[in-house]
Amino acid sequence: MGLSAAALLWGLPGLLLTIALHPALSPCPAQASVPAHRDYCVLGAGPAGLQMAYFLQRAGRDYAVFERAPGPGSFFTRYPRHGKLISINKRYTGKANAEFNLRHDWNSLLSHDPRLLFRHYSNAYFPDAGDMVRYLGDFADRLGLHVLYNTTIAHVTLNKDQRAWNGHYFILTDQKGQAYQCSVLLVATGLSVPNQVDFPGSEYVDGYESMSVDPKDFVGQNVLILGRGNSAFETAENILGVTNFIHMLSRSRVRLSWATHYVGDLRAINNGLLDTYQLKSLDGLLESDLTDLAIVKDHEGKFHVTLKFFLEEGNRSADAVPLPQDDNDNFALRVAYDRVIRCLGWNFDFSIFSKSLRLSAGGELSKKYPLVKASYESKGSRGLFVLGTASHSVDYRKSAGGFIHGFRYTVRAVHRLLEQRHHGVTWPSTEHPITQLASAIIRRVNEASGLYQMFSVLADVVLLEENATAFEYLEEFPMQALAQLETITGRRARHGLFVINMEYGRNFSGPDKDVFFHDRSVGHTEDAWLSNFLHPVIYYYRHLPTEQEVRFRPAGWPLPRPTAIHHIVEDFLTDWTAPVGHILPLRRFLENCLDTDLRSFYAGYPLLSSVQRTSVEQ
Amino acid sequence: MQPQLMMSSSFSVLRVGISFVMMCIFYMSAVDSLPELSPQKFFSTLQPGKATLAYFCQADFPSTSVFLEELNEADKPLQDYGISVTKVNCVTKETSRYCGSEKNLMKAYLFRGHILLREFPTDTLFNVDAIVAHVLFALLFNEVKYITTLGDLQNTENALKGKANIAFSYVRAIGTPEHRAVMEAAFVYGTTYQFVLTTEIALLQSIGTEDIEYAHLYFFHCKPVLDLTQQCRRTLMEQSLTTLNIHRFIKTMEAPLLTEVAEDPQQVSTVHLQLGLPLVFIVSQQATYEADRTTAEWVAWRLLGKAGVLLLLRDSLEVDFPKNANVVFKRAEEGVPVEFLVLSNIDLIVSRVESNMHIEEMHEDEDNDIEGPDMDIQDDEVAETVYRDRKRQLPLELTVELTEETFNATVTASDSIVLFYAGWQAVSMAFLQSYIDVAIKLKGTSTMLLTRVNCADWSHVCAKQNVTEFPVVKMYKEGENPVSYAGMLGTEDLLKFIQLNRISCPVNITSVQEAEEYLSGKLHKDLVSYSSVSVLGLFSPTMTTAKEEFTEAGNYLKGCVITGIYSEEDVLTLSNKYAVTLPALLLARHKEGKIESISLANVHAQEIVQIITNASLEIFPEITVENLPTYLRLQKPLLILFSDGSINPQHKKAILMLLKEKHLDSLTPCWLNLKNTPVGRGILQAYFDTLPPLPLLAVVNLHSGGQVFAFPSDQAITERNLLLWLKKLEAGLESHIKILPAQKWKPPLPAYDFLSMMDATTSQHPTRKVPECIKETDVKENDKEQPEDKSAIRNEPTGTLRTKHWNRSNWFEEAKKQFRHDNKEL
Repeated sequence: MGLSAAALLWGLPGLLLTIALHPALSPCPAQASVPAHRDYCVLGAGPAGLQMAYFLQRAGRDYAVFERAPGPGSFFTRYPRHGKLISINKRYTGKANAEFNLRHDWNSLLSHDPRLLFRHYSNAYFPDAGDMVRYLGDFADRLGLHVLYNTTIAHVTLNKDQRAWNGHYFILTDQKGQAYQCSVLLVATGLSVPNQVDFPGSEYVDGYESMSVDPKDFVGQNVLILGRGNSAFETAENILGVTNFIHMLSRSRVRLSWATHYVGDLRAINNGLLDTYQLKSLDGLLESDLTDLAIVKDHEGKFHVTLKFFLEEGNRSADAVPLPQDDNDNFALRVAYDRVIRCLGWNFDFSIFSKSLRLSAGGELSKKYPLVKASYESKGSRGLFVLGTASHSVDYRKSAGGFIHGFRYTVRAVHRLLEQRHHGVTWPSTEHPITQLASAIIRRVNEASGLYQMFSVLADVVLLEENATAFEYLEEFPMQALAQLETITGRRARHGLFVINMEYGRNFSGPDKDVFFHDRSVGHTEDAWLSNFLHPVIYYYRHLPTEQEVRFRPAGWPLPRPTAIHHIVEDFLTDWTAPVGHILPLRRFLENCLDTDLRSFYAGYPLLSSVQRTSVEQ
Repeated sequence: MQPQLMMSSSFSVLRVGISFVMMCIFYMSAVDSLPELSPQKFFSTLQPGKATLAYFCQADFPSTSVFLEELNEADKPLQDYGISVTKVNCVTKETSRYCGSEKNLMKAYLFRGHILLREFPTDTLFNVDAIVAHVLFALLFNEVKYITTLGDLQNTENALKGKANIAFSYVRAIGTPEHRAVMEAAFVYGTTYQFVLTTEIALLQSIGTEDIEYAHLYFFHCKPVLDLTQQCRRTLMEQSLTTLNIHRFIKTMEAPLLTEVAEDPQQVSTVHLQLGLPLVFIVSQQATYEADRTTAEWVAWRLLGKAGVLLLLRDSLEVDFPKNANVVFKRAEEGVPVEFLVLSNIDLIVSRVESNMHIEEMHEDEDNDIEGPDMDIQDDEVAETVYRDRKRQLPLELTVELTEETFNATVTASDSIVLFYAGWQAVSMAFLQSYIDVAIKLKGTSTMLLTRVNCADWSHVCAKQNVTEFPVVKMYKEGENPVSYAGMLGTEDLLKFIQLNRISCPVNITSVQEAEEYLSGKLHKDLVSYSSVSVLGLFSPTMTTAKEEFTEAGNYLKGCVITGIYSEEDVLTLSNKYAVTLPALLLARHKEGKIESISLANVHAQEIVQIITNASLEIFPEITVENLPTYLRLQKPLLILFSDGSINPQHKKAILMLLKEKHLDSLTPCWLNLKNTPVGRGILQAYFDTLPPLPLLAVVNLHSGGQVFAFPSDQAITERNLLLWLKKLEAGLESHIKILPAQKWKPPLPAYDFLSMMDATTSQHPTRKVPECIKETDVKENDKEQPEDKSAIRNEPTGTLRTKHWNRSNWFEEAKKQFRHDNKEL
């Protein structure tokens, strides 16, 4: 089996013999042969895995990507079930700046090849999932990324070894028993296990992953959908026109994306049902904890909603079960349903990782994600990084780290960290005289896509040199890891620093917030700190904050309290280049932090001033 | 501080002598500063013509203490008006009638000499303002006319037409702070203007004021009215009635309505600026002079008391400014560049001033001066002019705009200059203008393609070319690495760079004849004007290392200096002719027609660069805006000859002689032509308070100490005199005329302190977590407490970011203000 696979690969029968004679390369499942070594192993050839592969390839690193499907992006071959992506494919912005345009391109991966932009793959504003599969295939092929398809990694363990970069190797075993030894493991497997809530009667429920997407199957039916996310509403949207009514049930109230500024919450494109609910068209939303529920099937095969509590009392025979409406005749879910559909999202697949890796689930709010540090490294084992959707615990419900347009940047940040850690390549930076400081910041806040998409997660950092005569500019550093900046980047922050972040107003975003309130934007520069829409915020620190300071920062602050702070006033066009409204106050802020004059002068001025002054410009 | 000075100097005008006496029977600590006299003693001290306020009091009545405190406080201000205050202690059974009985003992008396002018029940003198107001009101009986009807006002107005102007004021009551302010102003200006005072609201209403809740002051321009049927023009003072505001207002009434100037607006100063009011220049041309003057007068009347209006005659003006500007606006704040405006009607001019006044008023409000300076003022002159010219269309078509698609093809197809700029950056845009000027000058003459890339659009192109800041100019030539331009961001220097890059330096010279042509400037006739020297390296064919070093230096200096190399077998012909040993450098100074030689034995490329750079400086240059930085880099004191027009050949000769004899080695001698470099006038003004006669010689020690020494103007500038003076200077026998302040490059204005604004909204300060922040806050608070109690009432200064430096200067400001405040009460 193994031999024939190799033969197919190598093609030449002459080589077949050589391979057969070479035990080390023989992928024989029965033997615990010397595992193939890779410096970097990437699990999963989805967008995040391919993105990491791209950076490793460009840096000339020894790596391999493992993918169980025969091609990249297999998730998108099945999901979303109705085939339409809700990530924006904005092809026109009126600007030529390629970096700026990525601010409005939610699907492309980062590469040097302008042909590999998603707008060349679809004309639709909300593109088809099939286009994504095609795009990812091209991305892997054109860039020649090393992906091992049809390779299912079934088990991952840890092997202690003094010589290893991190004191241990990761041993990956595929479905054929072939083992791979990796110095660094990059997990980009996404969320692949459907979230199932265990309650009596959950066996009657159709899963999102297997339900019918043909509206004909729902004609004239009463449908109950469990869940309140985009997949639930997408499902409802699909059958809205043919059902008697749809009821939607979930634990928490609906979180509207435009109110929370979180793209994972309910997007306007999916919320047609809200319209019919509020316009009294029989459809409806309800809130209840699913774990308290029970579903019973009556003799006609219809489903009734009841409480787990009632079931525990008596026996389980269908028609005998007490229903809430027995006591409470206006109970909302008293009708019988023809179908119950579960659309409750996905969880990370922890099952393949051995206990020795100490990969544990994230906090209370993000149980579905593995727990990682701000640098995306697992808290349990050094050298294990989580990328892509699975890394979303860092900014769950805050920023875009769970989505392509966000994690393409966090992957790059992880790669920069690895380059410094293992290859002595310091975090890329540019060095400028201090007079360029305002310009450097203005340029970035106006074009940088990473800052814009990964607001409040990735931030630019300006490291001042002694006496603040010059500075280094570092892009897109994971700001929660600010205290470790020197180790992560290999650069020194001894003379003060600025952090450039993008933020929404403190109390602007939230599930219950009215984001259309009157006077929601400010126009005056002195009110800039009250800006609500995404706007640049610059923090100034005399010293690099310590880990303690970052951890115990004031509530609601993305960073510890700085020495001084500046807000560039929000702008309707997100164009922060107004000379008096944006640049001038920024310059004043920088001047006062650095205690210097950053103005530019015509040559005539120095003549007058320098002849009058004893000290001449720096 | 100006107003206060004016005020005290005017006291002598009135020469009022008054004393104020009080009587008190018992001693009180609160009033211990008032002189206490017995009645007898008191009357013996009264001087003829001097005013005295006396309070007669008796020991049995301690309830007078509040009044005494107020009186004590009024002592100082009254003394400033030459009025003495005394309390007179009545001994029981005192015979003086002023001691009175129990019923009328609560009285103060105002005397002039021995004559009783007025008696005041103490309840009318309820506080300091009331005391000062009443006393002055009584004394200025003739200067301030109190009226109650419109008829009275009209009579006064008619009587003064053609004779004097009127200051008419309405106050709600006698003894109010406003009343005091008016009386204080009347004390100073009472002989110049007729002051008229009323407390009748009806009267104010009848002259057409709607908002009668507040005190008002009108200035009636009656003096110029010759026709008795004509009404006097009125100007309402819009600020609140304080002594300072009235003073300022009257000062502006006294100033000429319209002044004509033909100077650089930046240099013009009038009384308005000193009073903190802006200046408005109406730009006029000969052709439209009459109309402009009429307009300007209109504007002047509208802005009377709010701004100074001047007519700027642009035809005879030396400075250039935007052609389309018709109004120039100059703020009172120092160091703010003037604004050139295009305003289509008078209302726009007026509203421009009034919107600015808003800020002014905050400034002058002394007790509530927490507002910092206006931080929205664009004090970056480059940003300011770029913004001002933003609508001007540049002939951009003279340069080729490159994009991501066209960049590589273009720069490989032809030799190109590329300007990398960012459309939003001021310096870039200012330089783009110079770049276009270069394109205009080179139009049709150069093979070099002038192109530009807007990095705001094509950031990837710029990043690929390693351009991370703006603006950057690079030259792309076939088969060569791109060269970055490092000169000044101006037309001349860039032009020089482009022109000199036409030849590939160092030029390989192949014959002695060619070498001579090269040195005489004939070989590169069209280029020598761009390079002050031509450098020729002489090497024997075997000196390979030396040649390499020189070639490297020549490459480095490409675009700055013309360099050539000669290393044929017959090189000795040249080295003998110019008496040098090989390897050597010949420096041809084309202007002076001189050839110098320098030996190059064991000299590295870097040093060669240094030698050539130094040699290419002129020995006695005319200093201009462009070349000053180059000469300042020598770090020597400047010996500057200021000349109005071209330099006197005698003077030049004298200095060149001194140079030749090496007497000026420790200085950088230079001269400045005020005709070419008008900014020189500003410099002279900074050195000498009045503009001295020219030519004038000065030594300015910029790099240490900042002293300025002036060559005595009564001596002729001769070699001998100069040498003597310099010797004395060296020996420390000359004293400087000025020391330039050691100014550092500090933030011109504070920034918004968003951190404290945020703190102000949350009850708990998250400060406590960062220790140094606490320190910082403490510093600020301590600073705030410095100037006495008044500052305690002030609101927390949450508006501006004051880091340590700002704190210091802010404290200084506070102290100054305090000083000013004290002064006012003097």
